[in-house]
Amino acid sequence: MIINHPLLGPRDAQEFTYLGDAGLMNRPYWLSETALQQFHDYLYLRENPAGEHRELWFHEQGDRSWLVVTRNTVTHEILKVELARDVALAQKAANLVQEPSQ
Amino acid sequence: MHKLKPLTPLGSHTPRVDRIGPFEIAETVETAFASVAARNGQEAAVISAMAQNHGLDLPVAGKAAQAGKLAAFWISPSQWMCAAPHETHELLAQQLKATLGDRASVVEQTDAWCRFDVTGKKLCDLFERLTKADVRAMPPGSACRSTVEHLGVFLWRTAEDQMVVLGPRSSAASLHHALVTAARSIA
Repeated sequence: MIINHPLLGPRDAQEFTYLGDAGLMNRPYWLSETALQQFHDYLYLRENPAGEHRELWFHEQGDRSWLVVTRNTVTHEILKVELARDVALAQKAANLVQEPSQ
Repeated sequence: MHKLKPLTPLGSHTPRVDRIGPFEIAETVETAFASVAARNGQEAAVISAMAQNHGLDLPVAGKAAQAGKLAAFWISPSQWMCAAPHETHELLAQQLKATLGDRASVVEQTDAWCRFDVTGKKLCDLFERLTKADVRAMPPGSACRSTVEHLGVFLWRTAEDQMVVLGPRSSAASLHHALVTAARSIA
């Protein structure tokens, strides 16, 4: 399997390690009223789709960046690769835009 | 203390050189290394400080750069490995820290690595047996990190016929064995 690294181009999957669902980036706020339930869900509950799946990969034997890889779990086709840092920053920016309206 | 004799990564008093067919694999000990990591949001400031104080344009992903005796290659987002001759830049990390200050974290790397300079015309034939990195897509002035026999190494193409391999110093003998074995298999 080849992962098309956003900075370095196509790299062999053996250079990477797999963490799991990209939802792990959204760690619940620990002081929330419902923190216990949220952390239970964060830790134990995962979607297990046959099809498109967003997941975290670590370029351990490369530049050590975290990637969000969108992969089809049926065909193993890799549809999209982003730097996890960019995804997190985009999420943060989106949340900041939302907040004033809440 | 001043009478201690330095040993090379392969454990000898003189660096080892192997000539196998068209290849030369030379253990090299004359380079000082230091890594430079830009602190949060300081990447542009580090790049301009390096250009101003050292005349070196820090390279983009996958690339290396050279300015006089000082060289650098990209190792990670906002991170570079700097290299210079040990004779003139023994205190490379301190010299870089003095000019970069709080904008970057600088770490001395010299004795963490063993360096092998592999020279020969059919360089790509050799390295395609050793690593998953696409060495044919690496023109001179490129650098990347990948694996050679399960060891994390930096591959730094310094010339059409020369690849510098940096591996963990404590695994120097294993890395050397891998290079020599691959060279023998095609020599």
